[in-house]
Amino acid sequence: MRYLPLTDTDRSAMLDTIGASSVDDLFIDVPEVARLDGPIRDLPMHAGEMAVEKHMRTLSKQNLAAADAAFFLGAGAYRHHVPASVDHIIQRGEFLTAYTPYQPEIAQGTLQMLFEFQSQVARLYGCAVANASMYDGSTACWEAVAMAHRVTKRKRVVLSGALHPHYAEVVRTMAKFTDDDIAGAKPAISAQPDNAGLIARIDDNTSCVVVQYPDILGRLPDLEEIAEAAHAKGALLIAVNTEPVALGAIKSPGELGADIVVGEGQSIGVGLQFGGPYLGLFAVRDKKHVRQMPGRLCGETVDADGKRGFVLTLSTREQHIRREKATSNICTNSGLCALAFSVHMTLLGEKGLRQLAAENHRLSCIAADKLAAVPGVTVLNDSFFNEFTIMFDADARQIVRDLAEDKILAGVSLGRLYPDVDAFSGGLLVAVTETTTEEDIETLCSALKEKLA
Amino acid sequence: MNAPNQSGWKPTTPAAGEGKFGGPATTTGNKALMLEEPLIFEIADNQTTGVDLPEVDTSATTRLGGMARDADIGLPGLAEPEAIRHYTRLSRQNYGIDLGFFPLGSCTMKHNPRLNEKVARMPGFADVHPLQPVDTVRGALGVINELAHWLIKLTGMHGVAMSPKAGAHGELCGILCIRAALEARGDAREVVLVPESAHGTNPATAAFAGYRVEGIPANADGRVDLEALKARLGPDVAAVMITNPNTCGLFEPDMRAISDAVHAAGGFVYCDGANFNAIVGRVRPGDLGVDAMHINLHKTFSTPHGGGGPGSGPVVLSEALSPFGPLPYTARTKDGVVHLVEEEGADAFAKEHFGGPLSHFGRMTAFHGQMGMFTRALTYMLSHGADGLKQVAEDAVLNANYILRSMEDVLYAPYAPSGPCMHEALFGDKDFADGLSTMDLAKGMIDEGYHPMTMYFPLVVHGAMLVEPTETESKATIDQFITAFRSVVERAKAGDQTLATAPHYAPRSRMDETQAARKPLLAYTDPE
Repeated sequence: MRYLPLTDTDRSAMLDTIGASSVDDLFIDVPEVARLDGPIRDLPMHAGEMAVEKHMRTLSKQNLAAADAAFFLGAGAYRHHVPASVDHIIQRGEFLTAYTPYQPEIAQGTLQMLFEFQSQVARLYGCAVANASMYDGSTACWEAVAMAHRVTKRKRVVLSGALHPHYAEVVRTMAKFTDDDIAGAKPAISAQPDNAGLIARIDDNTSCVVVQYPDILGRLPDLEEIAEAAHAKGALLIAVNTEPVALGAIKSPGELGADIVVGEGQSIGVGLQFGGPYLGLFAVRDKKHVRQMPGRLCGETVDADGKRGFVLTLSTREQHIRREKATSNICTNSGLCALAFSVHMTLLGEKGLRQLAAENHRLSCIAADKLAAVPGVTVLNDSFFNEFTIMFDADARQIVRDLAEDKILAGVSLGRLYPDVDAFSGGLLVAVTETTTEEDIETLCSALKEKLA
Repeated sequence: MNAPNQSGWKPTTPAAGEGKFGGPATTTGNKALMLEEPLIFEIADNQTTGVDLPEVDTSATTRLGGMARDADIGLPGLAEPEAIRHYTRLSRQNYGIDLGFFPLGSCTMKHNPRLNEKVARMPGFADVHPLQPVDTVRGALGVINELAHWLIKLTGMHGVAMSPKAGAHGELCGILCIRAALEARGDAREVVLVPESAHGTNPATAAFAGYRVEGIPANADGRVDLEALKARLGPDVAAVMITNPNTCGLFEPDMRAISDAVHAAGGFVYCDGANFNAIVGRVRPGDLGVDAMHINLHKTFSTPHGGGGPGSGPVVLSEALSPFGPLPYTARTKDGVVHLVEEEGADAFAKEHFGGPLSHFGRMTAFHGQMGMFTRALTYMLSHGADGLKQVAEDAVLNANYILRSMEDVLYAPYAPSGPCMHEALFGDKDFADGLSTMDLAKGMIDEGYHPMTMYFPLVVHGAMLVEPTETESKATIDQFITAFRSVVERAKAGDQTLATAPHYAPRSRMDETQAARKPLLAYTDPE
């Protein structure tokens, strides 16, 4: 057994030291009813590297990888090029096989990285403080709602209709257990987000307004207007971003007045991975809210010799100290994904992120124009970054399935996201990134032309 | 007591007064291979980039609806060689399993096989989108389903919720299943019982789910006091959360009786599966009456801890709780096809295959769970097989008992007299000299080249030290560790004050955590 260093000689010597006649003596506390007479049945026995790799490769080949298709999916997970050095760094054993930095003297690598990560995220979001990561965007979104409840002592939550429906569903699920009252809505299929309708739903009992930016249909709501309206009623604005690359081209939510900014960091460094592990980002615009934040925070301090160093701090908010009074039950978060994000972001830098964003937007504009020229296709959005909604008079889900047979992954149909809304069945979200070629765009356009003819 | 070190290896003791590396001060502050590294914000600028992207005329972007950014973000950039060097230098200030023995109790820091990493990076797993048409991801769904099969067989349970993102998320999932099941029968219960020795996530989870948390008393042997528990059970108790093996590293011998009593009182049994490594392949929690248990794939099934995640926390469920699990889930039908069941069509699917709609409590996360961890964990399971996993538990328990029996003559081991431990050995600071603590001992272990054990947990033992060796350590490694551990314990008992200022040989000496909390500096600020 290649992962087990003990030999039978070792085992019997150790049993001698222990004073046990067999390893069964060490399991004497297990009740009779639960003792087994051998390895668990209906499972295979051990296998070598070659056999295991072959089995897993067979399963992997049953999937259509994005690289083998003309690929246009987004809706909260985006395909970007990740530089080779990112994967090299995250596979260094000192990062890969370390744990939560409970012993800061021998974990400065992780801790300094987390401090840098927090600083990068705070700047990207236009915030004062970011934490050391959450599980993903959807759970970060729920944690922000729970935090708004703690800060405002109110329970009424106004969700924008254009919040990712899975995020809204996570919030709704959790709220059932905390007695928060969730006022949701469906997105209006319109060229502009319905800010007026959203603002009208804010009242004196509202703890927070949750707005996605860019929203689920790819549109860019003016957060400033919503922030003012929320603040006028004593509510917090929670901005949700699922595409951090966009923030290289558009104003940060913090500078537009959002109080808590959360999002998915997967685009930078992490990869698609069929939905996980991803990287939840969480930041607050004003330092005064730091003590209500969930999750780990890394802070700067000095050691006994006066040298700068970093530690996990303000842990009196956390479950291992506060137990049932903690701000969240989160423990393990997304440390290695945070490292991947931070390395990728350092490689990009200000210049690279701005260029990356510009290139995404340029290609998206080309795609939108070319798709608009396809008979039967309408582009919904007035504004967008790298994802927009197109509409046709046919069932978009069926078209997506049909095109997949020709290795065209055309996008995420609104029918997949909102199966219960008939009016959305002709909608398709199309995402375009720097990995999309103009040839891919041509392929999609010709296929749609044929389908819709 | 046998000689703790049979290999003949002896530690080199530094000469008294040798201090920090002896030698003169250096101009750079570096000490040969120990290199000081500035923050990226101090070495990078906003003009440098490590990627080659086209120059795009950003003024031509007209579709941003008036939201175009004009302010700088303030992100530092490094060219690739500088970036690689920055992170490589940082990495060298970290301790990891690859570097040495990491006996951090309750964290199961076992070897992370590299085949797992290779498999997770296969394009068919790494480069697929969660919302692709299901016919293009049958292999990914197959992985989820095959892993689910393993987890169900290994635990003897009925179903499994795969989407929780880590242990605490899994706990929440399990407790929400319990609450949903109780609500479905119109039974509003208010209390969850949690032992004082539990992980902090247990009470935090129960409180989040709207329950009042009450303690379960322990007996003198570090186990749940069955009679006291029975006396507390009643119509207000929704669930008990029990860690088994518990956080003292002991198996709960009354586990079946506990479950029976809880069930008889109308409640459910949640088991914290953080310590499953002790019993994997040898004991099935389903045989002990457990209703829900999360499994940390990053502990028992070797997916990397990554400096604090990502984890993965699937929750196995009893027959009574399975209908309440969250969406989405996967199911293999008789024709061999693996389906992804989401909100849409969940009722119709259940009606067709399970004879009626299920009562899902909702959705835990945006997509389907930690796929990248599923591929790794399944690779690990296939490598070990049912026979190898049984050996995993046995070697993990053997290693822990070996440490317990090799230390108990010099270090207070409160539960050693009552019998064997499971996968971790628990000690206390009872005989330390005045002024020296578990913290000092832990920092002394750093100087000896080890990652310290878990300190001050569980809370039920004063100055607790929880040592979990795992099964992936050789006898020679463990013998060396015992020699070092014994020597540091002797120093703590003898009042060696150099421990109070340890570590002496780490990249940093003891950190000022009070200052960090009093004046929090949580992000870099540019100099004025």
